[in-house]
Amino acid sequence: MFQLALARMREFYREPEAVFWVFGFPIVLAFALGLAFRNTGPGELQVGVARVRGDSALAAVLDSSPRLVATVLDTATARLRLRTGRIALLVLPGDSLVYRYDSTRTESRLARLEVDDVLQRARGRKDLAAVRDDRVVAPGSRYIDFLIPGLLGMNLLGSGIWGVGFSVVQARQKKLLKRYMATPMRRSHYLLSFILSRLVFLILEVVALVGFGWLLFGVAVRGSFAALAGITILGAFAFAGLGLLVASRARTIEGVSGLMNLVMLPMWILSGTFFSYARFPEAMIPFVKALPLTALNDALRAVMIDGAALTTLGAPLAIVAGWGAVSFVIALRIFRWR
Amino acid sequence: MIKRYADVLAVNGLDLIVAAGECFGLLGPNGAGKTTTIEILEGLTPPDSGDVEILGTPWRDGEDGRALRERLGIQLQETQLADKLTVSETLALFRSFYKQSHTVDEVLALVELEEKRNARVVTLSGGQKQRLAVACALVSKPELLFLDEPTTGLDPQSRRQLWDIIRRFRAAGGTVLLTTHYMEEAERLCDRVAIMDHGTIIALGTPRALIASLGAEHVVEFALSEGIPESLTDRLRSLGGVTAVRPGAGGLSLTVTELHRTLPGLLALLQQLRLELSSLTTHHATLDDVFVALTGRQLRDT
Repeated sequence: MFQLALARMREFYREPEAVFWVFGFPIVLAFALGLAFRNTGPGELQVGVARVRGDSALAAVLDSSPRLVATVLDTATARLRLRTGRIALLVLPGDSLVYRYDSTRTESRLARLEVDDVLQRARGRKDLAAVRDDRVVAPGSRYIDFLIPGLLGMNLLGSGIWGVGFSVVQARQKKLLKRYMATPMRRSHYLLSFILSRLVFLILEVVALVGFGWLLFGVAVRGSFAALAGITILGAFAFAGLGLLVASRARTIEGVSGLMNLVMLPMWILSGTFFSYARFPEAMIPFVKALPLTALNDALRAVMIDGAALTTLGAPLAIVAGWGAVSFVIALRIFRWR
Repeated sequence: MIKRYADVLAVNGLDLIVAAGECFGLLGPNGAGKTTTIEILEGLTPPDSGDVEILGTPWRDGEDGRALRERLGIQLQETQLADKLTVSETLALFRSFYKQSHTVDEVLALVELEEKRNARVVTLSGGQKQRLAVACALVSKPELLFLDEPTTGLDPQSRRQLWDIIRRFRAAGGTVLLTTHYMEEAERLCDRVAIMDHGTIIALGTPRALIASLGAEHVVEFALSEGIPESLTDRLRSLGGVTAVRPGAGGLSLTVTELHRTLPGLLALLQQLRLELSSLTTHHATLDDVFVALTGRQLRDT
């Protein structure tokens, strides 16, 4: 079994593409998203003012706000810019002002508030309540703090399913599985060797991603490293089991790729990797919470952001372990050995 | 022994005993049922009916099956070993499956791949890959070696190297069961051969005895520039030393006991009939001729 695991690892690290997708890709993603959503606030919003008489005055008023950049535009250009998102909102001057914007875009809604605020004040509105801004910049509540644990979970899912699935199906396609069956090798050893080799790479994956987040963005682990290690090991086991299940019958790489996407894509979207799953309708939440990646992400965030102890995470960890155990047992039963 | 795939009878009533220390060849064209037969014997495919005993034990699941596998060496026809591993890593992996085995160095010496020990499998030539596959079969110090078309698609030199490996294994007391569609290979390597066609054994014996069963040692094949007249066949049969006349590749094929008596008679007959030869060849009778005599088909084209 040790030799099998060793062979798995050698096959992996001699495949430069695989190494990039497992280690490099999440880091590049974290870097790009971290830059895009760094804590400088929403930045300047581009708004347009339709070209009619008296418009330049309106544009000048809007431009005076530090958070707005106003441009005077022809109707046709304005429509195009609005559609492609280069301006967040278009003001149509007139007796009553018209704001044209897409209310599903966060940026446009912000622009609506800002533009209205600036214009109303310019026409003499007085604020009645005294307010003061207190901006949160403390580590732990930024987007990158939310993102890193999510990427860690996604990475565990991806490398578990890809790493296990592809190599099982490849061995089956090349009749290597059949050749192993012609030796006294124990079947359980073959399956366990995948989990063993996953465990070794897991350590590298976690260290790379968490280390990167800490060095570049100061994303700290508030909980104990032991808790983090425990959760990631459990997650790696569960996803290796899921990977075995996905690969247990497929005969071709094409076939297994389809199955993998079927398993992974819904979880990438639903499980709160890039944004909180609280955005989904109420009725979907129990279903979303039952997914293994959701449970894993919740547990990782609880430890990394809130510093929770393992004992408080019984429910999500039970979900992760349950998925792993059930898929491993089913995989063992239905596995196609030749 | 019978094996059925959907509505195709792959192996149809086959009885076979291979003695210890023997090199036994299963011969036949593609699709004759050789691979199905050998995989049933290897315990990889269960037969639909019939009994298999290997080294005196039937195939069983679990611990008994594993104990039997410890004593076998198996090379499969289609296996591609992992590309990214080196030769010695592949052997170390296969070695780890067995309780007792050759060291990597020993088995590398057996198949003469020492200079390739650190090469990755993907860089090996076809012949070297095949020798590595046989090395993976030999690493367990097997009593019985199964080889499924070990030399198919190899160049003549690689083929000879593999023959030498098999001969050395036999010299050390091992039993070999191999399949091939090269009759020449069977003649050179095997003590006994079984010729298979459509899932059954159509001839069984030593290569020498099978060739002798043709009743003659030489084969004359010829073609005429203007086709073969029908009356010719009967007149050829009455020539001295001719034991059989069959349609051959583009002409006729004669089985002949004494070439030096038949050949002048044949040429005289053709001259008398004013028929012009477009080709004439003769060779010693081989297992190929045995197959043609039994099935009426050429082995290679089927």
